[in-house]
Amino acid sequence: MSDLLLPPEQRFAKEIEHRKNEDGSELTILNLGPTHPATHGIFQNLLLMDGERIVDGEGTVGYIHRAFEKIAENRPFYQITVLTDRMNYCSSPINNMAWWMTLEKVLNIEVPKRAQYMRVIIMELARIADHIICSSVMGVDTGALTGFLYVFQYREKIYEIYEEICGARLTTNMGRIGGFERDWSDAAWQKINAFLEEFPAVWTEFENLLTRNRIFMDRTINVGGISAEKAISYGFTGPNLRAAGVDYDVRVMQPYSSYEDFEFDIPVGKNGDCYDRFCVRNAEVWESMKIIKQAIAKLPEGPYHADVPDYYLPPKEDVYNTMEGLIYHFKIVMGEVPVPVTEVYHPVEGGNGELGFYLITDGSRTPYRLHFRRPCFIYYQAYNEMVKGQMLSDAIATLSSLNVIAGELDA
Amino acid sequence: MALEYTYIQEKLEEKFGAAIKSTTVIQEMLTVELEASKNLEAIEFLKSDPKLRFNFLTDVCGVHYPDHTKDRQFAVVYHMHNWMDNVRMRIKCFLPGDQPEIESVTAAFLSANWQERETYDFYGITFKNHPQLKRILNMDEMTSFPLRKEFPMEDGGRTDKDDRFFGRTSNCN
Repeated sequence: MSDLLLPPEQRFAKEIEHRKNEDGSELTILNLGPTHPATHGIFQNLLLMDGERIVDGEGTVGYIHRAFEKIAENRPFYQITVLTDRMNYCSSPINNMAWWMTLEKVLNIEVPKRAQYMRVIIMELARIADHIICSSVMGVDTGALTGFLYVFQYREKIYEIYEEICGARLTTNMGRIGGFERDWSDAAWQKINAFLEEFPAVWTEFENLLTRNRIFMDRTINVGGISAEKAISYGFTGPNLRAAGVDYDVRVMQPYSSYEDFEFDIPVGKNGDCYDRFCVRNAEVWESMKIIKQAIAKLPEGPYHADVPDYYLPPKEDVYNTMEGLIYHFKIVMGEVPVPVTEVYHPVEGGNGELGFYLITDGSRTPYRLHFRRPCFIYYQAYNEMVKGQMLSDAIATLSSLNVIAGELDA
Repeated sequence: MALEYTYIQEKLEEKFGAAIKSTTVIQEMLTVELEASKNLEAIEFLKSDPKLRFNFLTDVCGVHYPDHTKDRQFAVVYHMHNWMDNVRMRIKCFLPGDQPEIESVTAAFLSANWQERETYDFYGITFKNHPQLKRILNMDEMTSFPLRKEFPMEDGGRTDKDDRFFGRTSNCN
């Protein structure tokens, strides 16, 4: 049996014994997690340390595994959105929209332009919220708490926009098959406009605080780097891959929801280290703002959802007052809707990489199989290799720069 | 024009002949059913061929088909992506119901490591020559494979909750 199959603590104990006999050095095991504040979520890293330096490590994940793929096989399609927003809970609208788009691909539904643009706006807001968390937490983990408290106020403002749109803040459960559940209120638009007006100054100040900060640069440059080839082999996507210099972005490669209508750049880094990841995310926030502004300026008039009574829940007045409304409502809620037998893989650019839904339908009310391609599950496996030979404090910075979200990691 | 599906199909058939069991286009994605024993070879070929250039392994997952014949009870599905020509494709390998076993593709793509562990964890599909084939999301002591269709959603061994009171028949006795 290979040593790798042993529980990590046993494997490390062997290594400690071996090194002790070899040159008398004393290695120790350090438990980083499962509830360490720097892991920002529940996953464990057992590290084999030589003083402050990491010799080896092994990650244990699955602490908040909730069997979403199994649950999804037993639920009608509308009840699966609530599972998706519990994956990457920092940018749940992206997950929701990705799920609707997967279903629309299966059901061949054309979404009106207005709804597509609204989706773009909400997805980009979610991306900004995601990057606010990641970038500011990187500051926290390297010792700069101020920026974090300052920009978190604006994440709160984004959550207020969600609240105005769908009523929820963190786990949004937003949208319907074919569009949105209601048109956005004036208050929502006002909040979006206010955010676009106030946020640039805040983000500039945040960037000024950290980007050329000597301490921050020392802590992040040439720390936790990964080469482009390695990153591709490890399945990196999103900002982490772009920091290594590869300009792969699903929004451009396979535009969905009318992303082809907007002008924006894909920021790329060079070295793939923590600092580049930080800079790429910060630049992406600006690009997202650009996209939102264009989407608002170009927002067409028209319906906010597709005309698909088979799948789109009827308005409540109809449900209570007409027979047809009640029948449609009942059929949709119970999942008795026609679904073709097919399989679809639909990728979107999530907050931390390519988020994909692989859906196999067999014509029944539930998916036959639903697999989530969760970007951070795939790239987190590179973590141990990235931190090997580094100092412990660098491992913390690397972890927070990767934007690993435990909910998504464990599904 | 960039890479055509017919070209990929021809190339694969030329190289692997009868191991390519079928080629279809499902919802605009090329889907190739491949003999399970050829998976690593095919993926390495798709990756290294100068024209095909499928440089990225997007996703690996398992599927359980209990209603299929004995030799096609499980499937391992690979999604691959060529970034230069922007073409995606799907490879399906069917495996028998008892002792499903397939070659690991970690030799071609490092990202397959955890994804294959996940597939093993949930379906019990063994990946030969995998560097570290052990459970990943479930606990090591577990003996069943929860994403198999016969695995019940509710834990049958629970005594603290009587399902009859919730309108369901108890499945523990």
